[in-house]
Amino acid sequence: MIFKHSIFAALLGVVLAACPLPAAAGATIDVKAGFIRAPHVQETLSILDLPAADDGIAGAKLAAEDNNTTGRFLGQTYTIEDVRLQPGDDPVAALNGLLQHGVSFVLADLPAAALLTLAEAAKDKGVLIFNTSAPEDSLREENCRVNVFHVAPSYSMLADGLAQYLVWKQWKRWLLFKGSHPQDELYAEALARAAKKFGAKIVEERIYEDTGGGRRSDSGSVQTQRLIPVATQNAPAYDVLVAADESEVFANYLPFRTWDPRPVAGSAGLEPLSWDGTHEQWGAIQLQNRFMKLASRRMNARDNNAWVAMRMIGEAAARTGSNDPKILRDYLTGPEFGIAAFKGQKQTLRHWNQQLRQPILLGDGRMIVSVSPQEGFLHQTSELDTLGFDQPETKCKLQ
Amino acid sequence: MQIAMKLSIKSVMGALAWSAFALHALAFAMTSPAFAFTAYVSNEKGNSISIIDTDKLEVTKTVPVGHRPRGIALNKDGSELYICAGDDDQIQILDTKKLAIIGTLPSGPDPELLILSPDGKLLYISNENDNLVTAIDVATRKAVAEIPVGVEPEGMGLSPDGKVLVNTSETTNMAHLIDTQTHKIFANVLVDARPRAAQYTPDGLELWVSSEVGGTVSVIDAANPKVKQKIAFAVPGLSKEAIQPVGLRFSPDGKRAFVALGPANRIAVIDTATKKVEKYLLVGQRVWQLAFTPDAKYLYTTNGVSNDVSVIDVANLKVVKSIPVGSFPWGVAIADQ
Repeated sequence: MIFKHSIFAALLGVVLAACPLPAAAGATIDVKAGFIRAPHVQETLSILDLPAADDGIAGAKLAAEDNNTTGRFLGQTYTIEDVRLQPGDDPVAALNGLLQHGVSFVLADLPAAALLTLAEAAKDKGVLIFNTSAPEDSLREENCRVNVFHVAPSYSMLADGLAQYLVWKQWKRWLLFKGSHPQDELYAEALARAAKKFGAKIVEERIYEDTGGGRRSDSGSVQTQRLIPVATQNAPAYDVLVAADESEVFANYLPFRTWDPRPVAGSAGLEPLSWDGTHEQWGAIQLQNRFMKLASRRMNARDNNAWVAMRMIGEAAARTGSNDPKILRDYLTGPEFGIAAFKGQKQTLRHWNQQLRQPILLGDGRMIVSVSPQEGFLHQTSELDTLGFDQPETKCKLQ
Repeated sequence: MQIAMKLSIKSVMGALAWSAFALHALAFAMTSPAFAFTAYVSNEKGNSISIIDTDKLEVTKTVPVGHRPRGIALNKDGSELYICAGDDDQIQILDTKKLAIIGTLPSGPDPELLILSPDGKLLYISNENDNLVTAIDVATRKAVAEIPVGVEPEGMGLSPDGKVLVNTSETTNMAHLIDTQTHKIFANVLVDARPRAAQYTPDGLELWVSSEVGGTVSVIDAANPKVKQKIAFAVPGLSKEAIQPVGLRFSPDGKRAFVALGPANRIAVIDTATKKVEKYLLVGQRVWQLAFTPDAKYLYTTNGVSNDVSVIDVANLKVVKSIPVGSFPWGVAIADQ
């Protein structure tokens, strides 16, 4: 088993010496976080989506820097230890390694099953886990865990964010085109649920079988150009093709190639996202600029979720003056917690399943087209709770 | 009536020496509600400054300036307007007579807001991108101090005696209190999320800080820098999330505070003594910044989304006029001539 360990400390002694500032009286508090990440699929249809070597962790590093800037005034330091799993590595062994180094907060960029294993193993160890990538609703519902906070939005939140816009646009007849993998099925279920919830209709469901093979070919896109029109032929009248392709098999081939001239949404075209490199509203350009300086690339959704998770830790530690995970947990789940994360409004936690409430961006990879919740979708407590499973329907019993 | 009065001022202008005129004008202003001032409005996307004649209540000229102008401030005699041109990474100097850019001041990257020291000699600038407040000597046009602050420095305020400079940092969520003699931070006060404006009450006893995402205004005891009270807002029919306090100004007599509530499209009027919200005034969409006319009779608000400026009659707490300006108005400053 080989882990690549690298301890990252954004607070350098040089910086401290250069600007002697009145820190809070008393001893310095060290807040130690770890980041456990599984490799992401390199087989993406668009080369723009190829994950960088520092995918995700770069966001956490930036937030550690931000926290350290604040920490100078409070006598707090933040470190993050990066553990990059190789295929076949055991996340629990990674967790144990981090625990030995005194880590109390773990950011996890892991598939759902590995995340659950990690949560079980971390039980009673006094560790808080922050899910920065897995979108499965089951993790927030029947499989919710008291030691896991969900920073990444769920499939149902993403699907609802998209559905609100499509319904507002009066594109209510959907052709649902889903992939043949279990993940595609989960996203498709969330989209179908969203259609029902907001009054859209799925006129037909089609499956795109993954027959294997690579994504790159020097022979070009000749076959794709012939394949996609045929695959979308003879559909009942529809307004928008909604694709559920979590496995990078076909969705990005759809735009401009459908038999009928229709827009594409979901896994390609207009995508519901928690973040995108093109988002710049509400001061987000400042975060994008800082990230570019650090990572020499634009911030993607996983980077941003990791940034938000590390900032949640920083916010809770700054407000409570503590690094005790119990105290931080109480703060994060309490009424005082709210975080500014450049999406136009305060983001808070759903106390019943520890999911971060958040607006959903709708982007086409070039621009942010809109941001949900859309105007007019009302809710008695927070309009953000029109996105995803709401409290009355939750199956979560935190334990 | 208004036009006639303005003409009479102009006719005496040539005959009198400047100081005599100023005295005369002061006396005149006390009896006249219609003394013509000049309001400058920065248009964030328009890359321009709209110039408003406060007597005619209309834009008389639009001057093209640098990219993404936001914070603006006048010098002591109103002859120069300093403009944070964020995307040009500099402060531009607009000659208010020639209405032309006559120079630039160095600033760190992405300057957003600035404030002039009471003696008019130094400009303090917040640089969003590198966590610094920069002090610039206006005469020599050179940076004389850089003060490290929290993440995303934003709002700038000065105590009435000029001894304390306050900077807010949006992601650190603090008000940093800086000694203007030593340029060192002597206190950091945690406030609610995404602090924007920082203003001392005219008596200097309290420091008020607006928190855009937190949705509150924190009242800080100036002598013992701690939050002693938080002011919250509630507008019937609006979600809590839509209430985002940004610009903040006290009436010169200190009796009332006016707080711009961003996408709530309202100005909250607060009794400074009781901290109670007296009234919400409906203005244009996404209201950002505020400025009083020098006679304190009118308050101008910039409305980012509706591309206009609302004019509030301060005595009657009524919005009396909307003036269309450039694209995405942001900052406002008003000169007494």
